[in-house]
Amino acid sequence: MAHRGRAQRRTTLETLQLLIIGVSQGCVYGLIALGFVLIYKATEMVNFAQGDMMMLGAFIAFSLIEAFDWLFAFVPVLSALPGASFAFAFIGTLLVMAAFGVVLERGVLRPMIGEPPFAVLMLTIGLGFVLRAVAGAIWGNQPRALNSPFAGGTFDIGGLIIGYENVAIVAGTALLCGTLYLFFRFTRVGVAMQAASQNQLAAFYVGIPVKRVFALVWAISAAIAAAAGILVAPVNLIDPLMGFIGIKAFAAAIVGGFGSLPGAIVGGLLIGIAEPFVALHLPPGLSEVSAFVILLAMLVVRPQGIFASLQQKKV
Amino acid sequence: MRFVLKTNYAQDVNLFLHNGQRFWYGLLALAVLLAPLVLDRFYLGEFAFVYIWAIAGVGVMLLVGYTGLVSLGHAAFLAIGAYAHAWLLTQGVPFVLSVPLATAFCAFVGYIVGLPALRMTGIYLAIATLAFERIAAWVIEHWESVTGGHFGMRVPDPTVFGMSLDGPVPFYYLCLGILGLSLFAALNLLRSPTGRAFIAVRDSEVSAESMGINLARTKCTAFALSAAFTGLAGSLLSHRIGYLAPDAFTVQTSIQLLLMVVVGGLGSLQGVVYGAIFLGLLPQAIAIGRDVLPQWIGEIPGLEPGIFGLILVLFLIFEPLGIHGRWVKIRLWLDQFPLYRRATYKRQRSYLRTERVR
Repeated sequence: MAHRGRAQRRTTLETLQLLIIGVSQGCVYGLIALGFVLIYKATEMVNFAQGDMMMLGAFIAFSLIEAFDWLFAFVPVLSALPGASFAFAFIGTLLVMAAFGVVLERGVLRPMIGEPPFAVLMLTIGLGFVLRAVAGAIWGNQPRALNSPFAGGTFDIGGLIIGYENVAIVAGTALLCGTLYLFFRFTRVGVAMQAASQNQLAAFYVGIPVKRVFALVWAISAAIAAAAGILVAPVNLIDPLMGFIGIKAFAAAIVGGFGSLPGAIVGGLLIGIAEPFVALHLPPGLSEVSAFVILLAMLVVRPQGIFASLQQKKV
Repeated sequence: MRFVLKTNYAQDVNLFLHNGQRFWYGLLALAVLLAPLVLDRFYLGEFAFVYIWAIAGVGVMLLVGYTGLVSLGHAAFLAIGAYAHAWLLTQGVPFVLSVPLATAFCAFVGYIVGLPALRMTGIYLAIATLAFERIAAWVIEHWESVTGGHFGMRVPDPTVFGMSLDGPVPFYYLCLGILGLSLFAALNLLRSPTGRAFIAVRDSEVSAESMGINLARTKCTAFALSAAFTGLAGSLLSHRIGYLAPDAFTVQTSIQLLLMVVVGGLGSLQGVVYGAIFLGLLPQAIAIGRDVLPQWIGEIPGLEPGIFGLILVLFLIFEPLGIHGRWVKIRLWLDQFPLYRRATYKRQRSYLRTERVR
């Protein structure tokens, strides 16, 4: 009996362990999906370069951390503080990426307003290629590790091993989602954004500066992408091709119901949790495509996603 | 300015509108037929490659440019065509039978993929086809008894009735011939009720349906035919590559196929050829550019896809109709020389082009 009890305990532990890995990976998918959904909901544009924006954010954070490390060496108070340069770099990256989002919207995507959605899709695919080449030109192709205070350490709770970085990802995601919820629910700008996403023309008539709202939406989703990049950097190394997980995040967004913010997170979690379990119990390599299998199954069974919020126009 | 006066009904059926077109297309045909006399081995190979891209492009154009269904998964059909053809050849099926069989198999797979795609439009379809492509790639990677898995498989040399087509010149003519047939087939298809139905579905599903077009059948046919052309290109591509491995067909390939039809000009078969020339010869241009430019630019990793992406972005912003669209404008400008009106091709934008009700 005792033996069986121990075996059972081991499988429970194993399941929990996989669940933790899955949840933290799922949060990353969810964050990228959140960026997709924000942009799609507000502007009806599909940003295929979201994953590459995440990559860019991670690289910018990498450079900022190095810069702050160098700078803080002259300031004894700050250099004594562990993680100070990381915290400054985190905030700096969010600001830089938000500015980048605005520039992108002004320069590249505003001329595309009124063009068919397919053209915008192709445009953002092209943009992804360009971003990858630019990142390759600046930072090179070899993978780099982000100097993050969350890297390496682990909690050990009764045999259950939880990495600091996993905790950081989950906590960061929860914090971001909470902030976003409060922002959309209680601030004037947030409510204006909701209005613009529901009906652009009506929003314009009641005096909401729709173009500025679009720019702001791009800024926010670029910042979210950057946050996702920084959080995932201790788990995956940073290289110009890391943006390809954006494709899985895309699947997550559709599984959750394209156009629903909680749906994006739930879809991300679903796909993130499925992956380690598939990797353990099913033939090798299948975990790579499990996101797409879930996506196809979802599209056949319930094309509008888990949280259906948009109805397709029929005419 | 040329005005065509139609004096009998056959003129409506002719592929060429007037003698001017006949002359120029005849000249082009002569040029490509005589090209092996002038070009060296390397450039013959590159041109054969361009023709293969163009055959695949015909397939993508039928689906994206004429039926209005965006697919990000056409690399899968290319791969399925290549592997099916190579496998049939290793089983001892002769080349002349194996190519149509591989093509038919691709058409069948395309039809199957088209079935669930009926319920989806726009971005959902694009991402679903992308998912299909990833899953197909996984199957190819792991079905080792047929595809050789990661080790890949060697493609036997093409032989037709005991005559080897392996050299650059015969292979050039083989690709050219199949491209000619494909373009001819596509041209005729687009003039038939089926092709007209494709265009009607692209422009408005509701009005097409109310005119009595069976949406489900039309979309599935479009998928099947598109997959067939792409698979045909894949079977030729297998000989060009010589050794098939799973990493030859990726999401990148799908995107390149899509890029080709967008840069060439959506909704025109000429655009397919322009796009294929662009896609096939740009790497050469970049390679030449590398020698000229300072070294640090040439050493940027991922430079080639970056330039592809940049060109795509510039085309979409400044010339959404692609190379063919630009050529049509230039021709009109030349036709009406001093009297060209800029507003003729003024882009019409419909603000609030929304796809949702709420």
